[in-house]
Amino acid sequence: MHVRAAERSSIVGIFFDDQPLLARTGANLAASLFVAGIRTLRASPRLHQPRGMFCLMGSCQECLVLVSGQRKLACQIAVTAGLRAQRVAKTGTDD
Amino acid sequence: MTEFDLIVLGAGPAGISAAVVAAAAGLKVALFDENPAAGGQVYRLPLDTSESTQAAEERVGHQLRQDLAASAVQTFFAHQVWAATGDYRIDAIGPRGPVHCAARALIVAAGTTERVVPFEGWTTPGVIGLAAASLLLGSQQILPGRSTLIVGCGPLLAAVAAKTVANGGTIDAIADLASVGEWARALPAMLSCPELLRRGIGWWRTLRRARVPILARHTIIKVEPVGERLRATLAPCDAAGRPRAGKHRTALVDCVAVGHGLTPATELTRLLRAAHRYSRAAGGWIAIADQDGRSSRPRLYVAGDAAGIAGAAAAATHGASAALACALELGGADRSRLERLLEAARARHKRAARFGRAMARLMALRAGHVDAIAPETIVCRCEDTTCAEIDEAFQAGACDLNQLKAWTRCGMGPCQGRTCGDIAGELLARRTRVRSREYVGCFSARTPLRPVAIEALTGDFNYEDIPIPTAAPI
Repeated sequence: MHVRAAERSSIVGIFFDDQPLLARTGANLAASLFVAGIRTLRASPRLHQPRGMFCLMGSCQECLVLVSGQRKLACQIAVTAGLRAQRVAKTGTDD
Repeated sequence: MTEFDLIVLGAGPAGISAAVVAAAAGLKVALFDENPAAGGQVYRLPLDTSESTQAAEERVGHQLRQDLAASAVQTFFAHQVWAATGDYRIDAIGPRGPVHCAARALIVAAGTTERVVPFEGWTTPGVIGLAAASLLLGSQQILPGRSTLIVGCGPLLAAVAAKTVANGGTIDAIADLASVGEWARALPAMLSCPELLRRGIGWWRTLRRARVPILARHTIIKVEPVGERLRATLAPCDAAGRPRAGKHRTALVDCVAVGHGLTPATELTRLLRAAHRYSRAAGGWIAIADQDGRSSRPRLYVAGDAAGIAGAAAAATHGASAALACALELGGADRSRLERLLEAARARHKRAARFGRAMARLMALRAGHVDAIAPETIVCRCEDTTCAEIDEAFQAGACDLNQLKAWTRCGMGPCQGRTCGDIAGELLARRTRVRSREYVGCFSARTPLRPVAIEALTGDFNYEDIPIPTAAPI
């Protein structure tokens, strides 16, 4: 839930695993997914448990996603119109 | 490679003030930060800068950014520093590729990592750090959930709860490890910064008005997902943070925000092999340094919370004194003026640090809290290492943190042990006969300090351009 209604001009469409979502331009991708109800961002490498945003400051590495095919921390990515992010298929491996 | 007199690592209050003061003293200064703008975590640039607010953090952050913009400091934002060498060469990755700089001196103002003492279910999505909740509310203007449970210790509990309530959210309860008496004992030190104390009283009033239950001496013992929501179990605890018999409470909420204090970020000073010591009151391992942050290594300084937790206000004053001491060491002109400024900065720092250190004591790690971690609970989130596996390694003979890392992979994952290092160290120390953190040590820092893609380092190249060395004669 947003604290204040954002100006319409700042709302853009983004995609997470091909699911269309609305987010604010410049907002943090991890925070935008969290507020959109997408809590699980990846599976832990060994026990394959669901994990999501945790520290929001680039330290814990839990919000690792694919942005334009590259592994990025969602909390270090600013939302832009049409941004496409995906879950990493498997962490801890090269595929 | 660009050469500087001084490179400052971290653009929070300590780093900004160090860089600005050093530049004003005539040094050629570079300032690095992985975030896109200066401010650090407490003064992070708000997403919506068009609306002027009266929030004190925003005013201070704005002033720091203005001072920096008006200075001659060369800034490198959105740059991840992944290596530093003994001759003070810094390797970073920025939006336009790799950057290499060198300097005569370094000031490490890397801030802190939030400590969360593991409990059953703490890895469940929706359980977030207290600092993360604060950033959601502050810079992102997002409520962590419609209903939130706030647990842990320190002033951030009330700050996050009051901001949530003020923005229309519901706080189910606040569970504080500290007792009312502990807060009362911190009061004399808090009087040294009346404006910060006033802000705290404002939060407390907001919480009273909203009738938010505040459970002193309570700890969280379990979180389980229930559909899209989380069911959390709270238990009363003793002064050491150990759960004790008594009435358990459960809460069904959207989000659990948990923070058990802060640990200084020492990757860079550990990597550079400066001497360190363990200080529970300062948040954990810190570089051994004098009052101006001068470490055991020549021309290597630490400033702000990275030098020991003392809060954002003290970080700025500490950054200034580190910069002035550094300018004097590097042979800055007009020494008597620099010495006068240094004396003044030290006096300001003493006052500001008194408040912050009292807060740091409230947030210090409690031994009983770590003793209560259940065997099947995950300690290292990156590698899914459980408390039982740490026990097993200790039984097999691991009594040093790096031995534990090699045997269990605890602390070997992409976060480099920042999240689990303090807890793993405490767990291991509690099992050894001497029960000493110095005895078990801390994780060795390794490059790359942050995960970096090889392609980001190499850039585009043609295979023909790669020089092939001639084979050695047989």
